[in-house]
Amino acid sequence: MQQGSSVTDTEIEAKVLQLVADQLGLARTEVASESEFDKLGDSLDKTELMMAFEDSFDVSISDETASTVRTVADAVKLIRVHMTAKQTEV
Amino acid sequence: MSKTPRTITLRRVVVTGMGALTDIGLSAPATWAAMKEGKNGVDTITAFTMPEDWPVRFAGQVKDWNPAPLIDVKEQKRMDRFAMMALGAADEAVRDSGFDFKTGDPYRHGVMIGSGVGGILSTEEAHTKLLAGGVRRVSPFTVPRLMVNAGTGQVSIRFNLRGPSSATATACASSGHAIGAGYHAIQRGDADVILAGGSEAAVGQLCIGTFAAMKALSTKNDTPMIASRPFDKDRDGFILAEGAAVLVLEDLEHAKARGARIYAELVGFGACGDAYHIAAPDEQGSGAFMAMTFALRDAQLNTTDVDYINAHGTSTPLGDAAEVSAVKRLFGDHAYKLCMSSTKSMTGHGLGAAGGIESIASIMALHDGVVPPTINLDHPDEGFDLNFAAKTAQERPMRVALNNTFGFGGHNVSLCFATFED
Repeated sequence: MQQGSSVTDTEIEAKVLQLVADQLGLARTEVASESEFDKLGDSLDKTELMMAFEDSFDVSISDETASTVRTVADAVKLIRVHMTAKQTEV
Repeated sequence: MSKTPRTITLRRVVVTGMGALTDIGLSAPATWAAMKEGKNGVDTITAFTMPEDWPVRFAGQVKDWNPAPLIDVKEQKRMDRFAMMALGAADEAVRDSGFDFKTGDPYRHGVMIGSGVGGILSTEEAHTKLLAGGVRRVSPFTVPRLMVNAGTGQVSIRFNLRGPSSATATACASSGHAIGAGYHAIQRGDADVILAGGSEAAVGQLCIGTFAAMKALSTKNDTPMIASRPFDKDRDGFILAEGAAVLVLEDLEHAKARGARIYAELVGFGACGDAYHIAAPDEQGSGAFMAMTFALRDAQLNTTDVDYINAHGTSTPLGDAAEVSAVKRLFGDHAYKLCMSSTKSMTGHGLGAAGGIESIASIMALHDGVVPPTINLDHPDEGFDLNFAAKTAQERPMRVALNNTFGFGGHNVSLCFATFED
């Protein structure tokens, strides 16, 4: 995965949707931007998904921040913020 | 408040379904067919990359079993291999029984699936990740995967079993105790149907390495296919094996009311402790002697009624000698009339699954009138002069069988099965 601002939001979303589908054993069409993690799985599923996002996008999401993520779109936004912040540091 | 002792009538318990996953067959019928043929399931380890200098490089592995579609991707993440195998065997047993667990009172349906070491593969994986990356890198599913009772928990969820639900962890006697606990629950009237058995999936570095460290395992790396040789003078330790087996235990009247096929009746359960050594029996096999004695007492049978013993017979020097000694002392002259074989000669040692797998062997031996063989028994050890069904199966009509399982910690279980007669 490319890092920083060269990655578009659409690319991040596509990757997130794919990760969610893969981890939860769902068809890609069953997951959408507005899908809510609480409805897709339980709290353990969400915790593991956050770990997968951290791995895939090379970012670190605190538990506190993760708890504010409700939908796939929220996760995409959060990943974007972390990736941008990371690039600014460099 | 004082309580008055109550008198209860013990109900009869029958076996109406069976399921198994072993290194010689991916179902109960396939496993039994392989046993009758004397098939070996032990081979060089392929489950993980084996350092070449390890003293033990072979095991009995359940190969080519795919948990899907029974267990979907999302569920697989929540389950260790041992729990998935427990669910696989339970699903087969349920289908085999023809009982629809959606009917009746779910609080009358229970599950008891034992395991020696539970989700040890998940324990190992989590620990590796923990050391490398800290708590944040450990899967949140680790605890639900590694629990010894995870097999029971997952099976209860799948079949909505809300009655007695527990898991025994008495090492290699785990299945025996689980089946015994299920038998007692049905006898007493606490449940009508119980899925009981065991599961083990321990072929990984941690388990192979630690059992090898205590020198419990055979080191015949050059000849793994003939390494499991119970009662043979060249035996040198047991062979770790994967496996799962589940019986459907049912109240006789419940089974009759629904016209169930009855494989056999579970007529006795005997259990005791060694209080001797954490990982070895005394030479005379006192624990084996007493467990068999108690099983026959519970079954209200005499030693002369026993036709077949499915031995614990793990292929260890001490264990086999103790069991043979116990059988000779307990049965006297009759020891030379009955037949005693060790199916571990084919499957290796499934630890907590052994009692379940070997209960199926015992039940099917009665059912088909065939004693499964002790393969690789070329030269019986000194004084081992019983009929071990060496090398090939033997046909003989039988009515009563004992299934012995003994575990590290000094746990001894003997289950007594009989052909069903109304």
